[in-house]
Amino acid sequence: MSHFTPLPSLLGGIAIGAAAAVLLLSNGRVAGISGICAGMLGGEEGDSAWRWLFVGGLLVGGLAFGMVRPAAFQPGIVRSAGALALAGFLVGSGARLANGCTSGHGLCGLSRLSPRSFVAVGTFMATGALTVLVVSRFFGGAV
Amino acid sequence: MNVARRNVVAALSGFVFAIGLGLSGMTQPNKVVGFLDFGGDWDPSLALVMAGGIGVLLLAQWAARRMARPLFADSFPVLKRNEIDRRLVAGAAIFGVGWGLGGFCPGPALTSCGIGTRAALVFVPAMFAGFGAVRLWDARKRLAAEDETGLVEARQRAQPVAGS
Repeated sequence: MSHFTPLPSLLGGIAIGAAAAVLLLSNGRVAGISGICAGMLGGEEGDSAWRWLFVGGLLVGGLAFGMVRPAAFQPGIVRSAGALALAGFLVGSGARLANGCTSGHGLCGLSRLSPRSFVAVGTFMATGALTVLVVSRFFGGAV
Repeated sequence: MNVARRNVVAALSGFVFAIGLGLSGMTQPNKVVGFLDFGGDWDPSLALVMAGGIGVLLLAQWAARRMARPLFADSFPVLKRNEIDRRLVAGAAIFGVGWGLGGFCPGPALTSCGIGTRAALVFVPAMFAGFGAVRLWDARKRLAAEDETGLVEARQRAQPVAGS
């Protein structure tokens, strides 16, 4: 269904790591996307502008990359609006409960060798794989 | 001055983060599903995304330990939590189900909103609803806890009066 793309994936990972590294070394901030988003509204005073700017950068980056390579944004899987909305809600609530997502735990946490992050990553990979298994076995890969 | 610098760095970091996500394949839900499909036609690409990202960040952590403070800020982040509790495991488990179901995690979903894909435009509002739901739940729990301590205090205040 999807092909192994070692070089772009490694280079992409390095770019993501560099973006997170700059945020850490310049601003002393962890590039955890769900944490950055959750603090956009309210929270500590004077702590929201940079979050909006980071997310703005993400959106503009997505737009720029999408204009150069639209294929990078092809879903390639069949998902109904209901399934996507449910998935979004689970990702959002799960990330806040776990205090981090693929970026906060998966990249920043693992590189800091945080035990919490190892547990989080192992857990979400396991339930993610189980979900993919159920979707492909019982729903023919489309929900 | 430093606030302005931090804001510029944040915007640039978000931009480069998005380019990295697009390049890596993380913005294609079928590659995420392919990575999680260990029993099927496994696509290991995302392991290389993690390897590349973690490699750079290990160097950054090493550099951070040798710096007194960040370039434009007063301190490095301190770990607030250490315990592995039910909330962490349950949250990660819920997150994984959503990740496998939609093929999106927060970063790639937001990045895909930039180009306006249908899937991302449905996923992202629901994701923010999820952020909001946990925030509300936490606020209610805090309120309930305060109520309880409030009651206890009231009882403690009432007791000597009742005894005297």
